[in-house]
Amino acid sequence: MGMDSFQSLARLPKHEKAWVKTLRPLESQNLLARQLEEIGFVPGEQVQVLSKAWMGGDPMVVRVGQSTFALRQAEAQLIEVTQEP
Amino acid sequence: MQTATLHFVDNSPLVALIGNPNCGKTAIFNALTGSHQKVANYAGVTVERKEGKLTLGETGKNLRILDLPGAYSLYPRSLDERVTHDVLKGLAAGEKRPDLAVCVVDATNLRRTLKLALAVQRLGLPCVLALNMSDLAQKRGLRIDPQALAHALGMPVIATVGIQAQGVAPLKAHLIDAFANARTPAPTPSPLAAHEEAPDSQDVQRIQGILRDLGLDQIQPDTLSEQIDRWVLHPLWGPLLLALVLFVVFQAVFALAIAPMALIKDSSVTLGNLLGGMIGSELLRSLLVDGLIAGVGGVLVFLPQILILFFFILILEESGYLPRAAYLLDKLMGSVGLSGRSFIPLLSSFACAIPGIMAARTISNTRDRWVTIMIAPLMTCSARLPVYTLLISAFIPDTLVAGALSLRGLVLFLLYVMGILGAMGVAWLLKRFTSEGGLSRPLMMELPSYHWPTLNNIAIGLWQRAKIFLSRVGGVILLLTLLLWFLASFPRPDEHFQGLPIEASFAGLLGHALAPIFTPIGFNWQISIALIPGMAAREVVVSALGTVYALSSQASDVSSTLGPMLTQSWSLASALSLMVWFVFAPQCLSTIATVRRETQGWRMPLIMLSYLFVLAYAASFITYRLALWLGLGVMV
Repeated sequence: MGMDSFQSLARLPKHEKAWVKTLRPLESQNLLARQLEEIGFVPGEQVQVLSKAWMGGDPMVVRVGQSTFALRQAEAQLIEVTQEP
Repeated sequence: MQTATLHFVDNSPLVALIGNPNCGKTAIFNALTGSHQKVANYAGVTVERKEGKLTLGETGKNLRILDLPGAYSLYPRSLDERVTHDVLKGLAAGEKRPDLAVCVVDATNLRRTLKLALAVQRLGLPCVLALNMSDLAQKRGLRIDPQALAHALGMPVIATVGIQAQGVAPLKAHLIDAFANARTPAPTPSPLAAHEEAPDSQDVQRIQGILRDLGLDQIQPDTLSEQIDRWVLHPLWGPLLLALVLFVVFQAVFALAIAPMALIKDSSVTLGNLLGGMIGSELLRSLLVDGLIAGVGGVLVFLPQILILFFFILILEESGYLPRAAYLLDKLMGSVGLSGRSFIPLLSSFACAIPGIMAARTISNTRDRWVTIMIAPLMTCSARLPVYTLLISAFIPDTLVAGALSLRGLVLFLLYVMGILGAMGVAWLLKRFTSEGGLSRPLMMELPSYHWPTLNNIAIGLWQRAKIFLSRVGGVILLLTLLLWFLASFPRPDEHFQGLPIEASFAGLLGHALAPIFTPIGFNWQISIALIPGMAAREVVVSALGTVYALSSQASDVSSTLGPMLTQSWSLASALSLMVWFVFAPQCLSTIATVRRETQGWRMPLIMLSYLFVLAYAASFITYRLALWLGLGVMV
């Protein structure tokens, strides 16, 4: 999978803007990934972490497009982000 | 004609509505077709598609409108997506290829929803883009230029608001114009392109380009909400603020209710005295004064407190604070094996466990749903508020703690906290001892923008609460109160009977029979009587105590209030034990019936009944014994 180059939303620093690259596991077979896609985490969409809980940043608050969502680490880890649009 | 169809009957032009699930397609369909809709099935496919008619102006001709199942793409992955795919390609049996496709997109989520529109366009179908939820997009500060978008996509773009009748009018006009106007040729599909299935990434890039050109590819910051959230969601200040908010609410329930409660109480006493003086018949006077006014009036008194509590809950709900509270509590919920999804059902259980248990339907994981249903009754429902405040007002002195906090408000707060801690404990045990308990759960909860609560919505919400409460008072509570009065008044004792008349009655005998069970936790026979009708509705405990004590005391002064009467008859230890009993007390019958209906069997409700009874008995036992040990067993 090349985990070394995989940057997940879970580890994106607070207030830094990034773009959704892919959702893992790939394709909408996975229920969780599909739900994330439905609420707006689509490749190319801009994201920004607004707030993180203490101790491990679980849960966290993410701005995506025109909405704000609270996600747990486990969900944020499925979202690969990139600093380049 | 390009398409080959088998059972072709209707020659009217066909318009297909297509879009992602949940983008408001069906609302648009209903607005376009009015009530002329029928449901049809495709042979061999169980998924429904709906068809309706739109009349084309004065021509009398009809336009057939087809509502296709929502889909994310035209790669047929599931059965319903297959239906959509087949219809658009003209492969569906008994249906011709549509003449026009209306692609419905969610204006607040263009990147996701445009993808499908591009795929439909590539099939060679004439397309119209319905930019739905355009009002919502505008409210969120999103400026979409329909003209520019139409130019970029190469199809007409029409802004719609599916949920308003007028919001679909422009689309309707466009369709009528397209098919009824003789000057322009009606839309006709071009042949299926040979390579219509372009790779996904190509569409993603094209959409990216379109959104960039329109200035829609940046995060739209919600500056005000973000500023507020900086404090509200802060790891330290956030939880402190939440604790403060809850605390203020419980203090206010007591502080603000004093005057209106006194008014209701005084009126019911005056009414009781007035009626008592007017009625000659001893029995009728007892029915009206001891039964009706002492019972029902005793419950009615708590209307102000319930309204004050809901006033605050509605404000928190309307403003957008509640999901934030769920976020702050998520760590706690997660540690006992629940997801933030359980928060809303549990929160509605503070009003009543029944809507809470029904709201648990939104939890997709079966185990989580059952756990949520199991612990929902431990959230203090509003029916318990009258019992709590009656006991607190009678037994807890009206003093200040630490110079500023009302001791009564503090005790009420602690009773609510005790219920929450009990629920957490039960959830934790279930997490430890169920196989799925250890898995992590998704949260994915939207935090909406803050906005000022509207006076109108709050007034409506309060009116609904008042109506529910008053219809309970006038219905089940009234009925049970009268029944209890009957049971507590008959049979009449003969002349040789030594004790109070009520002790010879059915209720008295029942109370004495139950007393051995409840004496170890400090309940006397009067309390034991009141617990029985309390199973039907908890407020009835208050009215039942009112009736029982009214019948137990000497006839003339019965209209004096219940509180002081209780203070004279119970020890503080008994009162504390009863309060704790009600934190965990077995549920009212309607809750049990709801659990049976929602879980489709008697297993869950029976487990719930027994575990709550054991929990309540144990907690009351510990409280009572502890209080006795502390020397609180004597009458005040």
